Amino acid sequence: MAEQIRIISKNFEVPNAETIDVFIERGGYEGLKKALRLTVEEVVEVVKASGLRGRGGAGFPTGVKWSFMPKEPKKPHYLCCNADEGEPGTFKDRKIIETDPHSLIEGIIIGAYAIRSKLAFVYVRGEFGLGYRRLSAALEEARARGFVGQNLDGTGHDIDIILYRGAGAYICGEETALMESLEGKRGYPRPKPPFPAGYGVYGCPTTVNNVETLCTVPHIIKHGADWYRSMGTKASPGTTLFGVSGHVNRPGLYELPLGTPLREIIYEHAGGVPGGRKIKGVIPGGSSTPILTAEMLDTPMDHDGLRTVSSLFGTGAIIVMDETTDIVAVTRRIAEFYHHESCGQCTPCREGSGWIPQILRRIEAGQGRMEDLDLLLSICANMEGRTICPFGDAAAWPIRYNISRFRADFEERIRRGSGLPDPGPVPGVLGGRRADLIPVQVSA
Amino acid sequence: MVSEEQLTKIRDTIARFPQKRSAVLPVLHLVQEELGWLSPQAQDYVAELLGLPPIKVHEVASFYTLFNKKPVGRYHLQVCTNIACMLRNSGEILQAIQKKLGIKPGETTADQRFSVSTVECLAACGGAPAMQVNSDYVENLSTERLTAYLAELP
Ligand SMILES: Cc1cc2nc3c(=O)[nH]c(=O)nc-3n(C[C@H](O)[C@H](O)[C@H](O)COP(=O)(O)O)c2cc1C
Ligand code: FES
Repeated sequence: MAEQIRIISKNFEVPNAETIDVFIERGGYEGLKKALRLTVEEVVEVVKASGLRGRGGAGFPTGVKWSFMPKEPKKPHYLCCNADEGEPGTFKDRKIIETDPHSLIEGIIIGAYAIRSKLAFVYVRGEFGLGYRRLSAALEEARARGFVGQNLDGTGHDIDIILYRGAGAYICGEETALMESLEGKRGYPRPKPPFPAGYGVYGCPTTVNNVETLCTVPHIIKHGADWYRSMGTKASPGTTLFGVSGHVNRPGLYELPLGTPLREIIYEHAGGVPGGRKIKGVIPGGSSTPILTAEMLDTPMDHDGLRTVSSLFGTGAIIVMDETTDIVAVTRRIAEFYHHESCGQCTPCREGSGWIPQILRRIEAGQGRMEDLDLLLSICANMEGRTICPFGDAAAWPIRYNISRFRADFEERIRRGSGLPDPGPVPGVLGGRRADLIPVQVSA
Repeated sequence: MVSEEQLTKIRDTIARFPQKRSAVLPVLHLVQEELGWLSPQAQDYVAELLGLPPIKVHEVASFYTLFNKKPVGRYHLQVCTNIACMLRNSGEILQAIQKKLGIKPGETTADQRFSVSTVECLAACGGAPAMQVNSDYVENLSTERLTAYLAELP
């Protein structure tokens, strides 16, 4: 069994690691000092060579993304650190922010340097009260020691960081919605092109990177691309934080090389399933990623491995469901999430994401019809690829795959009815549902 | 509408951004921090502070769930019911809260002490079931832990 590795998670269990002295004592800010004495091209080159892929969901190579930024700035450049972590099942970024905020600040400064940016924003999920306080305090400490602000570490470079609090909207994790939100607007994703590297925040060249991605960068700078490539797989090098939740004995975060088999993560690290029960299904990378069946437990957990079972790596958020799980109820709950979070901008997503949970509630309550399953699949087909942002796909895939991989469960429920009471819609939230709000368009 | 101290914070915040309009969310947060919720009047006030047409603030306040458009109780219990929590019995936690406080999600107790909402994944799935109370997280909930927690609130 591969031992857990402690790179990104090396400070997780260390008392007071959120303070700058403890952080520095444990090797903190060495990557930053080294990076600021390299050229921008050299920093980008090392990160490119390391093969680091973004941990926010799409897995895009980080160094390559940085290289898309203009070489000669005509306008200000911005780095946005995406700390909006909202993909159901995902809980790694919050842990980093709360326990190791300086590692994020170090990564942000290096990232900003690599894209010739003098100002970085951290878009922190609004719910993260403690994380926001920890980051604010860390930022002040780092500023006082010359790691943030002007003349960084005596090198003459200036980079500042502004923290920005979100306010409860999953869609703002999507990079263009994030930029809209940062500009003080509703989080409506923008059509692409133009891409952020050309037209981002305030219409200026912008790069968006995830928290875990940025936290990995200082280690790569410090130890080199070859060191990083000595872990993980060729196409997905390095380690990542797998978050395991649901029906396991030891839920939590496990830092392991990419490519670690799912079975090993669940049984050896997360302690297996309570009561020795069998596994029914596993969501491998957050609620948007297609579900795996028990036959797929030997899948290597990396981008290519998950492709072979028609799923996605996503955020490395593994949700385990044992044999007692009601897949119909789980599917309905996932559908309600996407309905609640659809921004309402595109018709296929706004309407489709509403019809799906309605039909699923009917099936769950034992009043479904066999045709409902194909109706659901056709609604999915009408959402997939037909929206401004990938949210429409993210909302449709779990429905499509839950039905196609567990169709017998749905048919069973429809055939026998359930005798269960209609669960009704999710009980009211004080905020109200976004997609029900009529978009208001008024120009200044 | 807000204290002098909060107004100073608001002015500093506005000055920090390359563009003033970026301050809409931060200023709404600051006003809510003091008033507890964002009445239409409070939203107009934010618009005035930022020199924006009121609609630019209303459309933002209405979009984001953390901005309270109704008054909430002193303790706002926000119970996660998304899948990782659902698989670990968040349903029981929600039931226990409703029974104990006699209110349903979306409601506030008559003494204004508690409000209850259901919320989406809080990024605490490793500590499921979880809830957020105002800005604090309470994880690994059980009905016993919930009872103890509620009893200890000042
Ligand atoms: C609906 C939706 C929600 C997203 N939420 C997040 C999020 O909470 N955090 C995140 O880092 N990326 C999120 N992403 C991905 C971002 O758009 C973007 O790809 C990512 O932040 C880039 O960082 P990376 O290259 O370091 O992965 C989301 C994407 C979509 C479509
Ligand atoms: S599902 Fe409840 S915190 Fe993630």
